[in-house]
Amino acid sequence: MNMPATKIELEIASPAAVAAPVVALTPKRPPRREAYARMVRETAVRVIPPLVVIALLTLVWELVCRRAGSALPPPSKVFKDTKELILDPFFDHGGIDKGLFWHLSASLQRVALGYSLSAIAGIALGVLVGQSVWAMRGLDPLFQVLRTIPPLAWLPLSLAAFRDGQPSAIFVIFITSIWPIIINTAVGIRNIPQDYRNVAAVVQLNPLEFFAKIMIPAAAPYIFTGLRIGIGLSWLAIVAAEMLIGGVGIGFFIWDAWNSSHISEIILALFYVGIVGFVLDRVIAGLGKVVTRGTALN
Amino acid sequence: MTAYLKLDHIDKVFTRGAATTEVLKEINLTIEKGEYVSIIGHSGCGKSTLLNIIAGLTNATTGGVLLENREVNSPGPDRAVVFQNHSLLPWLTVYENVRLGVDKVFARTKSRAERDAWVMHNLNLVQMAHAKDKRPSEISGGMKQRVGIARALAMEPKVLLLDEPFGALDALTRAHLQDSVMALHQKLGNTILMITHDVDEAVLLSDRIVMMTNGPSARIGEVLEVPLVRPRKRLELATNTTYLKCRQRVLEFLYERHRFVEAA
Repeated sequence: MNMPATKIELEIASPAAVAAPVVALTPKRPPRREAYARMVRETAVRVIPPLVVIALLTLVWELVCRRAGSALPPPSKVFKDTKELILDPFFDHGGIDKGLFWHLSASLQRVALGYSLSAIAGIALGVLVGQSVWAMRGLDPLFQVLRTIPPLAWLPLSLAAFRDGQPSAIFVIFITSIWPIIINTAVGIRNIPQDYRNVAAVVQLNPLEFFAKIMIPAAAPYIFTGLRIGIGLSWLAIVAAEMLIGGVGIGFFIWDAWNSSHISEIILALFYVGIVGFVLDRVIAGLGKVVTRGTALN
Repeated sequence: MTAYLKLDHIDKVFTRGAATTEVLKEINLTIEKGEYVSIIGHSGCGKSTLLNIIAGLTNATTGGVLLENREVNSPGPDRAVVFQNHSLLPWLTVYENVRLGVDKVFARTKSRAERDAWVMHNLNLVQMAHAKDKRPSEISGGMKQRVGIARALAMEPKVLLLDEPFGALDALTRAHLQDSVMALHQKLGNTILMITHDVDEAVLLSDRIVMMTNGPSARIGEVLEVPLVRPRKRLELATNTTYLKCRQRVLEFLYERHRFVEAA
């Protein structure tokens, strides 16, 4: 376009003269059917690939283990052997002869207790170590050594201390899951931007208000990273610990099945352990997403 | 001249190990009530350190700050700060960010309903009431800075400290916000101390401009009165001789007599 350049001394043309008429366009709303179709397509894209992979793996497993004399049962046999366990998870014949639901719920109760304790203690210690240089200098080397001790190595010691299986298992969960919670919380506290501390100083928040209104929300993304690692570790630890302490629980169920050569039941139990572990991880991740809304964005 | 805020022989020395750096030397300044004072200087001259000392976020090595003849050396809402990068808490809404300070400052003197009304009043002053339930991540940079100003104003500070408040904004938003701050100053009569590195901004907004020499050991090099009547209009001032003279004076100070030398 050949627009003549406006000289600076010239009067600026009145805006009304150049204003173009505005044409209003109403955006077309996509029909409802199309929206549904898109939703179905999006779900399919996510669901179909894992289903295909699972089907293929099951097929390979079936083919490999079908031969006579194979050490492990094929999926068809696993299903046949464990049909009763799958269909009725709620039976209770006394002792440890219970449905899988009861075994899982006993394990989950132990995890819930041990993990809650470690979350509370872990966040408290993490705040202390993150906030105080002296606490960090004193405690950090200790944490770094203790956190490398494998969960089961704590079990004999805790059995000696508590003289009972139940508190020992809970202690093992506690001691296993606390380290990532402490370390991540401390990093989160140390990384609180100076700006937020300045704001708190100008507003004159007292230490308690600073803790609740600045520290915890600011460190929440880090804290939840620690909590998520922690829940995974505690689920790892409970199965191993239960194998040794006995009683009701998914870990001992597996051990019991091995002792009675019910390989199919072991496979079923592993399947459940995996699913529950996955759900636990998702629950903590989801909780973290709700709690840290906003924080993670900036 | 009645001293409302008085900076009395402030020196600031940073010590790191055996090395000491003198950042500020012999800073003396008195500011009257209702005055708008800008501090201008090249980056690294310690003007932000000076603001932090006044805010109480850093302590002076020697000398002190007197507000209404009383020494202040810890941070407080009577010297509210508008930070350069807004520093809104991202997990709180706009309303909650302002409310945080209001709840602390007026905990005893205002009822719950009064505090709510006061927060809304201050959001209205900066034209941000419409976004009260938004989170900082959902509003623009200029809007964030408006909320930052509302948060500071809502604490009813004796001195409002602005730390390069428009530095991170684009030129058009900056001009708009400068006009807002001018209007607020006109309306509320606050005492304002602003750090800036923008010559036009300093001349347009201030009653006095404090020019600082380059660090280390930065001093106050010159103080310039800006005798322009208020309210000031950006467009009219573009040709105003007083404005242009003041601008010239500051430019000469910054680019001739105390030219910025890259740290050797």
